Amino acid sequence: MAPANRPSPRPGFVLDVDRQTPPIVFHHGEGFRVEKLPVGRSRVIYPSEPLNGMKDPDGAIVDALLNPIEDDPLPTLLKPGMKLTIAFDDLSLPLPPMRRPDVRQRIIEAVLDMAAAAGVDDVHIVAALALHRRMTESELRHAVGDRVYEAFAPHGLLYNLDAEDPDEMVILGVTEHEKGGHRETVQMQKRAAESDLVVYVNINLVSMDGGWKSTATGLSGYAGVSSHHNPETMKKSTSFMDQEKSELHRSNWRQGEVIKNHGPRIFQVETTLNTNTFGYDGPLAMLQKREWEWNVKDRAMFTGMQAGLKRMSGSQKRKAFHSWKAPYELTSVQAGEVEAVHKKTTEMVYKQHMVPVEGQTDIVTMGLPYLSPYNVNSIMNPVLVAVQGLGYFFNLYRNKPVVRKGGVLIMSHPTPWEFHPVHHPSYIDFFEQVLAETTDPVVMAEKYEKQFAEDEWYRHLYRTSYAYHGVHPFYMWYWCAHALDHLGGVVVVGGDPRSVRRLGFKPASTLSDALEMAEDVVGPRPSITHLHNPPILMADVT
Amino acid sequence: MSATGIAEQLAGKRIGITGSTGFLGTALVERLMRSVPDCELVLLVRPGRRSTPTERARREIFRNDAFHRMIEERGETPRSADTFWAEVERRVTVIAGDVGTDGLGLDDEGRAAISSCDIVIHSAATVSFDAPLDGAVEVNLLGPTRIVETLQDLKVTPHFVGVSTCYVAGNRRGSAPEQLLMDSPFHIDVDWRSEVSAARRTRADFDAESRSAGRLQEFRNRASNELGAAGTPLLAAKTEQYRQRWVSEQLVEAGRARAASLGWPDSYAYTKALGERALVESKGNVPVSIVRPSIIESAWMEPRPGWIKGFRMAEPILISYAQGLLKEFPGVPEGVVDVIPVDLVVASIINVAAGRPADGGGVHITQVASGTRNPLLYRTLVELVSGWFTEKPLYDRKGQPIGVAQFSFPGRGAVERQLDRAHKSLDRADKALKLLPLRGKQALINADLEEKKEQVERARDYVKIYGAYAECEALYGVDNLIDLHDSLNEDDQTTFGCDPAIVDWEHYVSEIHLPSVVEHARVKTTSERSDPDARTKRLRGRVLAPERHIAAFDLENTIIASNVVFSYAWLATRNLGPADRMKFTLKTLQEGPSLLALDRRDRTDFLRHFYRRYDGASVAEMDRLGQELLADHILTKAFPAAVRRVREHRALGHRTVLITGALNIVVDPLKPLFDDVICAEMSVKNDRYTGELLAVPPTGEVRAQALRDYAEQHGLDLAESVAYADSSSDLPLLDAVGFPVAVNPETRLASLAIKRGWLIEYWSKANGGTDRVLPLGPMPSLRKSRR
Repeated sequence: MAPANRPSPRPGFVLDVDRQTPPIVFHHGEGFRVEKLPVGRSRVIYPSEPLNGMKDPDGAIVDALLNPIEDDPLPTLLKPGMKLTIAFDDLSLPLPPMRRPDVRQRIIEAVLDMAAAAGVDDVHIVAALALHRRMTESELRHAVGDRVYEAFAPHGLLYNLDAEDPDEMVILGVTEHEKGGHRETVQMQKRAAESDLVVYVNINLVSMDGGWKSTATGLSGYAGVSSHHNPETMKKSTSFMDQEKSELHRSNWRQGEVIKNHGPRIFQVETTLNTNTFGYDGPLAMLQKREWEWNVKDRAMFTGMQAGLKRMSGSQKRKAFHSWKAPYELTSVQAGEVEAVHKKTTEMVYKQHMVPVEGQTDIVTMGLPYLSPYNVNSIMNPVLVAVQGLGYFFNLYRNKPVVRKGGVLIMSHPTPWEFHPVHHPSYIDFFEQVLAETTDPVVMAEKYEKQFAEDEWYRHLYRTSYAYHGVHPFYMWYWCAHALDHLGGVVVVGGDPRSVRRLGFKPASTLSDALEMAEDVVGPRPSITHLHNPPILMADVT
Repeated sequence: MSATGIAEQLAGKRIGITGSTGFLGTALVERLMRSVPDCELVLLVRPGRRSTPTERARREIFRNDAFHRMIEERGETPRSADTFWAEVERRVTVIAGDVGTDGLGLDDEGRAAISSCDIVIHSAATVSFDAPLDGAVEVNLLGPTRIVETLQDLKVTPHFVGVSTCYVAGNRRGSAPEQLLMDSPFHIDVDWRSEVSAARRTRADFDAESRSAGRLQEFRNRASNELGAAGTPLLAAKTEQYRQRWVSEQLVEAGRARAASLGWPDSYAYTKALGERALVESKGNVPVSIVRPSIIESAWMEPRPGWIKGFRMAEPILISYAQGLLKEFPGVPEGVVDVIPVDLVVASIINVAAGRPADGGGVHITQVASGTRNPLLYRTLVELVSGWFTEKPLYDRKGQPIGVAQFSFPGRGAVERQLDRAHKSLDRADKALKLLPLRGKQALINADLEEKKEQVERARDYVKIYGAYAECEALYGVDNLIDLHDSLNEDDQTTFGCDPAIVDWEHYVSEIHLPSVVEHARVKTTSERSDPDARTKRLRGRVLAPERHIAAFDLENTIIASNVVFSYAWLATRNLGPADRMKFTLKTLQEGPSLLALDRRDRTDFLRHFYRRYDGASVAEMDRLGQELLADHILTKAFPAAVRRVREHRALGHRTVLITGALNIVVDPLKPLFDDVICAEMSVKNDRYTGELLAVPPTGEVRAQALRDYAEQHGLDLAESVAYADSSSDLPLLDAVGFPVAVNPETRLASLAIKRGWLIEYWSKANGGTDRVLPLGPMPSLRKSRR
């Protein structure tokens, strides 16, 4: 259905499963499972339909830059001879990558036009990787567009942040706040820190993205990031998607205070996208429809896709899924002072994602897709499976988790024992060495984190190849800390039993087996809630 | 019955003993030390390759568990036995000497010690039934004569007790009494001196033949078949080893043939028989007694039931049978297996030594055998053994009990033929497998096969060597032995009794001998599945011990699943369009077989030849591509476990070195992983590579030398170092260090690694990496964006 003809989008809702409810589609890595949920005690949380996109995104962007919130219009901040640094969110946003032109390209082009008009000629454009892997040439081209790439990259003015370059990173200071006898360190790329103005270009896919986290984390390295990427902070972030209750959020905001006082002037640009992940029509359109509303074409396409997937090899399937670019549309863009901008952004994100849910449940089920923030054009290894379920999906709540304390999380993913050798070398060793010994975030943090973080080989690969930083798998595991604390058990449906066990979870071959296993923990006839995600939803549990 | 006991008769005597490190010799020393407290011993011990005779005696004789009883009787433990060692110090003199040399190779001290002896017991012998002819002749035939001649030189006449064997009587049925061979009606008169010179000549003849061009070529072929392209020095060493082994095999065969032609079962009995003859001829005025045991087996009572030293004649046969290897063993069911426990032999020797030698220059002969006095029938033995192993089976590696076969008592020929057939088919399979380019776990199939082949070879050898003994139907008279026993006083009949009648065969076989053999063989006797990785873990622990010095790594197939051709293919195609790529692929694939063949012949030639292709490549461009190569090719092909291992070594403070014939272009991106890199480097002219190497690339023996130089430079010890490599062409490198590790070994290396007890690691690429026949660089068009 063409967007123009669409009735106004319906909000997300909670479906109680009864006899009439058709089987529910679970994402399952590079594939799908179709599952019947127990009648009478199950419910399914459906996401809101995609909000309508802005008609003139480029116009809206220029408008936001000219009329910023609690800040001066961008052109007035641009002076000849000044140092301007444009930082932008890296490959991990949005998910999946959006169709061209990427929002970042639109914004950077607009900012560059204004800078050119103002006679600014010292401009650096930097991918704010923090400890993520470097983006390849084609990934950079996709994010910023060929025009920008070709004008800047050959001169070394468009590049990936190198947070391990000792000469190119500075410490801006430490926070006032003391935590366990430590103040939080604030680190930033030297070029950005020494700039007269930093324009940070965000894509705020979920409520955690943006705000001070953009600069305090994105332009920082191990010294800054380790201040809050640790088990203690993550356990106190209930959830990290909820700014009111996120210690991670508070920590970044404290760091933001230091940037405000000792760092460069920040001009924050934040954008929100709708949840048009799979398109209104096209081969995956049925994935953002409710199952009972599927038409004949949807059914036929889905059946055909399932049959096709069966015949494909793992790497063929991966290639096919990763080639999908989402037809996301811009729903808002705001610029100006970091905190004020972020408030507006958060409202827009909530408007798209939030679904009211009444009461917690004994068991939460989720189907994990082929993609997480850390395996764009890569392999979703077992550690990333864990973080996708226990880190991201589990934390997509406000007030209370969807599942009660001591409840069970059931997720569906093939969880193959596979790793991308170039992107995730330290993950391989983390999985083989660290997880083989302990799954306790606190224990591994004490015993192994430093060793991985300071490893010369990982550092070499992070800096010169396309590898995530050595410490990254630890952060992934810390992001599971709150869920691990809260849950009574985790069952993975259809996963490779070996890797599932290594993660410390229980493998089950079918959903009904998994439910039975869960009953051993939560008692008989448990209540079940399924998160029908993606497209992304956030449960507002009362 | 004698009034004075044996111990009193021997009190204050000095007793010289040869062969004291052997099974019988050690038992003899032990009994004399324990039961004749007032005698002194002079032990003639051959210097070891790395140890003095005193050290050898200490290690091989007195630390043997035979002495535990004596130590415990003194209220001490084997770990702290000061009184015991003080007593050894006081009563035992060890002198260097060798019965295989004229004059025994004695120094003045040794001569003095021998001169002081009242009794000399000669038990040194080459007991192996398949010893090379000349070796057996030197020791068994000439040994006794050399001793008595030395005694005559020294002008002393101690009582000489020579240990011979019942089997000097030869292959014959019926009674074989205790008499000199020349007194026997079946005696064949051969001149022992001409046998000696013939044996020496045979050695010279075969040695000469082994050096002929044809033979040498054959040995070289065998060496290169076993080791592959391991480089000249190693192949030369192996070839020489094969040559010596061949000479030795020919001499074994010659010995067996000569013995058979004269009616002896093997060269052991033949040389022993002629040894007796020579001894009688040359004894002069030295009083001589001869003791002839039959097949000596584990102890009946002393020093403890079941005591045995070394893996002897019947043991390997019994174990092979229990393991299901030997389904049949030739023998006559109603025949007698003449076995005698070692303690009875020891007692007999001591009794003979203590007694008076024969009067009038005669030679007193005592046979120690059970066949006439207390026969053990072959059928009984077989039944006892198969019953025992049915009840207490051995277990295979998977924890399954092994069923033992029922004997049908076939003839020797039938058994040999069956084993020959099995051997031939295994040999064919082995050869076929070696031609396949197998690697990793598949290569183990071959190693398994090789093990089976060796087992069959061993079984075949047992049948060949020992078959004659099971078929021997001679009955050895023991009248003198019984007289000797009867002449003992009552106490001595317990302490030094030598009547074979006391042995209860059923008890002996089931309760004493088999348990002892099984314990000695260290075979699996429980169904408990042993941890299959226990060995690997142990070896890995040693490799990763903090005290190691260097960890040297090969690159290709050790750290990455790639080779020089692949890296080249990647680099060469990086800037090619689709049509040229296809051409390149086809061309490279076409060249594949000839390249591989060249590689197999000589790695250095191959690299030189191959690297010419880089002629004219721009240095700057290659540097840039090198980084990309790391991400796109090297890391996707790397074994994460290998990379982890390098870093583990580094963390332990070992010096990690990459030694590879790969080019610096390819290796440079890996530099941060290692402390040092030794690789092939190309010369540069006008910022372009010339395609010519600066030095001989580090492959084969050059690589071993490079590592040696490196170790020397840094003051490190190769014996304390580790090397990782994947193919037999890396043998020089692996051989150079104390702790070699075979990584995903190809067939030949897998067999060698198993044989030599090396750690084998199976490392694989990260699941999820790409798999391409020929890795090509990403298309340049990819760099242009698609919209």
